[in-house]
Amino acid sequence: MTESGSVTTVLRRLREQLPESALVTDRTRLRTYECDGLLHYRVVPALVVLARSADDICTTVAACAAEGVPFVARGSGTGLSGGALPHADGVLIVTSQLRQIREIAPQDQRAVVDPGVINLHVSEAARPHGYYFAPDPSSQQICSVGGNVAENSGGAHCLKYGFTSTHVLSIDLVTPDGEQVTLGTRAPDAPGYDLLGAVVGSEGTLGVATSVTVRLLRTPEAVQTVLAGFGSTDEAGAAVSAIIGAGIVPAAIEMMDALAIEAAEAAVGCNYPEGAGAVLVIELDGPAPEVEHELTAVERMCEDAGSFELRVAADDTERAAIWRGRKSAFAAVGRISPDYIVQDGVIPRTALPEVLRAMTQLAEERGLRVANVFHAGDGNLHPLVLFDEARDGEGERAEELSGAILDLCLEHGGSLTGEHGVGADKAKHMPKMFSADDLDTMQLVRCAFDPGGIANPGKIYPTPRLCGERPGKRTEPHPAQAAGLAEVF
Amino acid sequence: MPSSPVRTQAAEAAEHVDGVPVGEVVRPQSTAEVADIMKDAAVQRLSVVVRGAGTKLPWGAPPRSADLLLDLGGMSGVLEHEAGDLIVSAQAGTPLAELQRIVGRTDQRLGVDEVVPGTTLGGLVATNVSGPRRVALGTVRDLLIGVTVVRADGVVARAGGKVVKNVAGYDLGKLMVGSYGTLAVITEATFRLHPVPEASASTQVECGSPAEATDLVAAVMSSQIVPAAVEIDAERGRCTVSVLVEGTRAGVEQRSAAAAGLIGAPAARASAPGIGLARDGSLLKITTQISSATEIAQAAVQLGLHVRGSVGAGVLYASTDDPETAVTAVSRLRPLAAARGGALVLVDAPAEVKSAVDVWGPVAALDLMRRVKHEFDPESRLAPGRFVGGI
Repeated sequence: MTESGSVTTVLRRLREQLPESALVTDRTRLRTYECDGLLHYRVVPALVVLARSADDICTTVAACAAEGVPFVARGSGTGLSGGALPHADGVLIVTSQLRQIREIAPQDQRAVVDPGVINLHVSEAARPHGYYFAPDPSSQQICSVGGNVAENSGGAHCLKYGFTSTHVLSIDLVTPDGEQVTLGTRAPDAPGYDLLGAVVGSEGTLGVATSVTVRLLRTPEAVQTVLAGFGSTDEAGAAVSAIIGAGIVPAAIEMMDALAIEAAEAAVGCNYPEGAGAVLVIELDGPAPEVEHELTAVERMCEDAGSFELRVAADDTERAAIWRGRKSAFAAVGRISPDYIVQDGVIPRTALPEVLRAMTQLAEERGLRVANVFHAGDGNLHPLVLFDEARDGEGERAEELSGAILDLCLEHGGSLTGEHGVGADKAKHMPKMFSADDLDTMQLVRCAFDPGGIANPGKIYPTPRLCGERPGKRTEPHPAQAAGLAEVF
Repeated sequence: MPSSPVRTQAAEAAEHVDGVPVGEVVRPQSTAEVADIMKDAAVQRLSVVVRGAGTKLPWGAPPRSADLLLDLGGMSGVLEHEAGDLIVSAQAGTPLAELQRIVGRTDQRLGVDEVVPGTTLGGLVATNVSGPRRVALGTVRDLLIGVTVVRADGVVARAGGKVVKNVAGYDLGKLMVGSYGTLAVITEATFRLHPVPEASASTQVECGSPAEATDLVAAVMSSQIVPAAVEIDAERGRCTVSVLVEGTRAGVEQRSAAAAGLIGAPAARASAPGIGLARDGSLLKITTQISSATEIAQAAVQLGLHVRGSVGAGVLYASTDDPETAVTAVSRLRPLAAARGGALVLVDAPAEVKSAVDVWGPVAALDLMRRVKHEFDPESRLAPGRFVGGI
């Protein structure tokens, strides 16, 4: 056992209130939780609590608060930034057993769900009523709504419909001091500070959601999905510019470059246009008369930009086939490279051609390959840096290239992350995007919620703010944190 | 007196914030000047109330004091409009109409209606007022992608950015939305834009009372019309429901015909529904779950109020000239709104009404809100007392 004294105390307290089956202390079983979707960061937690109810979460957080022990919440563990990376001397609270959909209220366009409910299950439950839950990260078949709330998840369709924050009306939150509060209301524009807006996307650093009230949208009357093959990413980019410039807001516009297509073909045989230097997947949805009109315009614009092959899905099966290549892209890269790093930088969409060229050059200089899969409509890139850990120095070169790509995004006025979150992975890059004062100000919120710094410490911010001190002064990381991070690297 | 190089002027006798006399009016021209003023104000422990165009200055509870009135009217101008990226950055004192005029040159718009004529961007964010089109385009909260603020201690901080998709760091912008100038001074804001649709059409029907409108509103909401707005305008004995659709010329023609069929309207009209707030005397903002909007509107009308608002989103504005009616409405409708998942705020009213009721009403998580306020403004100098729970 690696438990520190205080975790031992937490465990003793929890044994009085939770059944043994909810507590994981065995080293082998603890290892199951050592990482999330970002595999190269691994920390074995001191204790795992498999919460069965909101009360279990509350009990656990209260015990941690009493002892000053860090805790990390985890849903399905699909996050790609190490947001659910455990703390070596802390408790990992797993919410995946909380899987009940409590309410579907179509007349109010609302659903109330437990945090462990799978994203796609919300839409499946709402569909018979003619509604769906809009955020659709590629992992939607396995990721949890609680995780979506923590990360402010997006997905291909957030171009038109917005992110998780747009679609959450209210949450029940266990604050880091173990209190239960409700943020937001079932109605919009709740009076008071928009604490809900601050919590969504705070990556588990402000508490743990125990219930989520989400908005549902009416299932669109018509959906059209176009797959367009182009000779190059420049041509495909020109088509995207033309579509956006014409005032069309597609539900999604996704681009894949030649290397990403190659990987997807190898993995799922998606049968994309042969010889394409780039493909676009464009989805239009809404009232039928609007969609038909937009489809005609989009087809023409793709052809004008040089598309050599256009396919329009005839039905849902063909639509799923088109999306299969795109949605499998991250995992598919494993077919053409032993290792890869996926980034999530964002650029102003208009900078796309320039950034892609610069990225190619950065990769060539380092003798590495980058496959590109991205949300072209909103400039959210997902460069996949391919490498082989077994080769001497390649891992470091890939890591360095990955950082250089983020620098490139920031140079163009973009962001470090569009939807994957900062987590443990990109905290070190935050000072490149924000000034010390910016980060200090953000952490004022942290201090209000979590003055002891026990909720998912070490994530997002490279330097924790010691709460209560006057602004401008800083302290070294808490010794416990330093210890936790020591095991990370 | 602040020692900053900013034009200052002693407050004229008439300058006040909701009846509270102003000590001095300061008119900065830049974020840096605001920072200087705030640093001085911190040293001198002055309370500060921010004003844009002043269109909503009396909203909320009256502040306990207003030593400095920070007038951002001189900070007007679009800083960056990237049409290809559908984003715009502007200074907080920029009138919304001016911003719309500039982005309109490229057939784009900020997707909020000018509910209060003359409003500035800072005021828009601080009070979170979104109009009819919120049904399709969302609210200020959804469209704000970046902010620059000056803290009570004079520190300048930015959050968000210039790209629509961005999850790096806490979303301080959302915390500023609807905070009534009590957390920090918003000096610049960046928004996502939408293309101006090719066509729009509004369909209207008279339906006697909000209660009688319930079924047709539900029919519109569950239809495939995808309305941009579903509005109600009702008084005792009169109720109009209008449905706005926007899109392509051909699509709008078909959809507005479908809307007219659903609500039994004679024919579609080319105009948009009115977006002005009904405001004569006391103004109440009432929120509710969507399906209860007509029920709440009915209750308000029965009490003698004039109701307008978005039944498609569950956000209503009710007004009355009569102070007694306003006081009664707050006490009767507040529990009803709460039972229907929402809240009631007395947005604006004469002093006799404000002093007779709790302007903001009970708010969940108030203790956390106080803690946030304390971190940002430990001495409570920013619009003290104007916000929920006396914050």
